[in-house]
Amino acid sequence: MSDSLEFKYQIDGEDFARVGHASTDVKKKLKMMGLPPDVIRRVSIAIYEGEINMVIHAYGGEITVTISEGDVKMVLADKGPGIPDIEKAMTAGYSTASESVRNLGFGAGMGLPNMKKYTDSIEIETELGVGTTVTMHVKF
Amino acid sequence: MSEMHEHSVLLDKDQCVGCTNCIKRCPTGAIRVWNKKAHIIHDRCIDCGECVRICQHHAKIPVYDPISRMNDFEYKVALPAPSLYGQFNWLDDVNILLTAFLEMGFDNVWEVGSAAEIVSQMSREYLEQHTEQWPLISTACPAIVKLIYTRFPNLIEHMLPIQPPVELAATLARRTAIKETGLPSEKIGIFFISPCPAKVTMCRHPIGVEKTDIDYTLAIKEVYKELLPHMKRVADKPLDLAHAGRIGIGWGVSGGEAAGLINDSYLAADGIENCIKVLNDLEDQKFENLQFVELDACPGGCVGGVLTVENPYIAKTRMQAIRRYLPVSGAPEVPKDTGMWTQDVDYEPVMSFGGNFLENMKKMQEVEELMTEFPGIDCGGCGAPSCRALAEDIVRGHASKDNCMYLLLDRIRAKNGEFEDIPVPVYHLKDSQEEEQL
Repeated sequence: MSDSLEFKYQIDGEDFARVGHASTDVKKKLKMMGLPPDVIRRVSIAIYEGEINMVIHAYGGEITVTISEGDVKMVLADKGPGIPDIEKAMTAGYSTASESVRNLGFGAGMGLPNMKKYTDSIEIETELGVGTTVTMHVKF
Repeated sequence: MSEMHEHSVLLDKDQCVGCTNCIKRCPTGAIRVWNKKAHIIHDRCIDCGECVRICQHHAKIPVYDPISRMNDFEYKVALPAPSLYGQFNWLDDVNILLTAFLEMGFDNVWEVGSAAEIVSQMSREYLEQHTEQWPLISTACPAIVKLIYTRFPNLIEHMLPIQPPVELAATLARRTAIKETGLPSEKIGIFFISPCPAKVTMCRHPIGVEKTDIDYTLAIKEVYKELLPHMKRVADKPLDLAHAGRIGIGWGVSGGEAAGLINDSYLAADGIENCIKVLNDLEDQKFENLQFVELDACPGGCVGGVLTVENPYIAKTRMQAIRRYLPVSGAPEVPKDTGMWTQDVDYEPVMSFGGNFLENMKKMQEVEELMTEFPGIDCGGCGAPSCRALAEDIVRGHASKDNCMYLLLDRIRAKNGEFEDIPVPVYHLKDSQEEEQL
């Protein structure tokens, strides 16, 4: 047995109905593994925000959650349009979401800021027209 | 007091055929079938009553106390739940129902709806003073409370720390009875007339308070039969006993508690699966600017409880008609010294593997390993609700791979080719949409 555990989730683009299935499943597993509630909450919020982003902006993608002693690593990889200005995207309230997406109650411009707020580290690699990979860690 | 039960659903072994309906329906995965009988995993059961609803064999028996318990006391007080008011098809004056309780042998009747109006008042004040706890989650439904403290640890701090109306009603009814009769407390019997078995568990194992003032919990469906003849008799000369107004009686249906807050920023959900969805979303902070969340495990609210007799939606319609002629609130006096929780509620991680991190991770790895072997069709034939649930049970040491019928069949087929003629099931459906499949 290896000293870490990995779970993968495929996220469909444009499928708002399924937003939250990855975060809910990860939550369930972490509770079973007895992680502290606060860690579970932070991981779950970060993944949930990531799921929304992938659905709104990136035509879906893949989430990989790796759990090892003291660390939950989340890698959110998509082949979306990329982020032109990361600094702006990290600003609370800044959003490029379409009107129709906002009408659904999404696109408040809190996605990346919340992911940063609730994790211990966040790293964003992005290339226009190629895709974005967000790597986050929550330590415990 | 009655003997202690961990929860309020028992199995009638003679009726149970060991089918998979209840294990599939249970929202917390708390039921397993072995030896052709259903077994409830005590610490996972939240008393929601879903298994009682689904069991076609009537093998799931909700627990409540017998009416004969009234004989144990010198002075008896009935606490009718608001949902009771919707059970009668011709009731237009609540006083007829309340007077019938006196005819039935009770010495007094204290409407839970009246205490609910006190709770509404207390909740309004608490909500204003504790904006940091928004959204506050209602704690009136005991199934939801147990769901939260066993599965949603991050939401415990959002639970409204106010006693449910029935508990407050019991305390106030007992005080009044002691004052009026001069009897010692033990000679006074406080009886809750309940729509659901979760309230039975709550009365036996109170949450948020050290001890309960409720002595026994009777089922609406039992008391209903006793009340009917008395109601007919007193219909044209009822006593003036009603105190609860629209707000209090409204608590019997989903959204009623939230409406009593006179606040527009609330959400009300009913039905256990819907409530679980809302709790998951709350944990992910999906809702902003929400002050209050009302969750009722039963469809339609308390009128949907498994101890009621009437269709919940018909009961709801009738309650609307009764409420129309009542004042908004009976404006009961809010007691200063009771009503709040006196004890903290702690997280009970019933789903955790229970070891240290590395042990738990190893167990989770074993679960994932097993999942690659199981068919993943969640047939329930093993007695667990899903392949994953069986894998978890195996890792916890409660079951073995041999429980899986599909693996067993494979093994039989593989055995020296001896049984390779075991037929594979086939369906011949004329209207099958096979060709139209994605």
